[in-house]
Amino acid sequence: MLKSLCQKMFGRSLWVYHANSGGCNGCDIEVLNVLTPYYDAERFGIKLVGSPRHADVMLCQGPAMRSTAKALQRAYDAMPAPKIVFAIGSCACGGGIWFDSYSVLGPVEKLVPVNFYIPGCPPRPEAIIYGVAVALGLVDKKTAPVQFKQIELPIPRYHPEHLLGREELVVYEKVEKV
Amino acid sequence: MSVLSKLKETLACLKAGRVTLPYPAQPLHAPERFRGRPIFDATKCTGCGGCANVCPAREILLFDKSQEIRVLEYLGRRCTYCGRCADVCPEKAVTMSHEFENATNSIGDINQRIELFMSTCQRCGRCFKEPAALDQLKMKGYRFDDVEQERWVFRSESYFENEPVVDDIKIEWD
Repeated sequence: MLKSLCQKMFGRSLWVYHANSGGCNGCDIEVLNVLTPYYDAERFGIKLVGSPRHADVMLCQGPAMRSTAKALQRAYDAMPAPKIVFAIGSCACGGGIWFDSYSVLGPVEKLVPVNFYIPGCPPRPEAIIYGVAVALGLVDKKTAPVQFKQIELPIPRYHPEHLLGREELVVYEKVEKV
Repeated sequence: MSVLSKLKETLACLKAGRVTLPYPAQPLHAPERFRGRPIFDATKCTGCGGCANVCPAREILLFDKSQEIRVLEYLGRRCTYCGRCADVCPEKAVTMSHEFENATNSIGDINQRIELFMSTCQRCGRCFKEPAALDQLKMKGYRFDDVEQERWVFRSESYFENEPVVDDIKIEWD
């Protein structure tokens, strides 16, 4: 649903507002790297704007901090209605290394609803472009949760009552897999 | 003067050619030493919990579901891809891959969960994986004892099926 909505709403271009709520500037530099001619993001219509009132997309970098929480929420509220939030970097996705300290509240999604996550510390500029392409519906996402369960115990388990004496040898009657 | 300088600039720009990468249309590979998402190999994992102990972001969780099942869960939300889990793993079950295209719309997509059968210690009741680590070490190589001199040889370098057994063997005397 969100995909079709994206294609309808953002047919031409995404105007991006770049909100740093207390990160280390690593992700900011990667985002600026995306806008350079090398990774030219303007071919997707992505343009950096200075005010949240002009923006369709908010790029959040850095964790939700105690000191910048209100400012971030105000910037989100100032954006016009169909809006998308990207959480860029491991701080914005999960709170960063200092997730449990006093001044850090946690991931950005505690304050604003996040639509797309781009993990990495910092993410490569390609990863950011890929995230935007996933949001636009140009490519499919590659990740999926992995789960592994051992159903059968890989080692035979012995029970002493099956050990039977036969002439000179002691023989184990049946090998059982649990 | 200004026209001439602008012409010069145009020439310089044209000389450079096209530098933009055709990225999402064509795949692009990360450099050799790039550390991407860690991948947990469940067949090699012994459930020792070294990675969970050392993870600075505390994103690898370890809990014993019951007496015999140990669950290792990598959440990866705030993973900084430092590679300490791969560094500390004694069985080399964690490898840092080159994957960087991890963008998703739900954060649960990047977690990995492993459930392992463990045995319980008769004394303390805690889980451990059998056979014990010391036994596994002995089982890794072919036994290639020296029969003539009646001595044990503990370790040999070749233990894969495709490798020659005798040629590159390095014998360490007890």
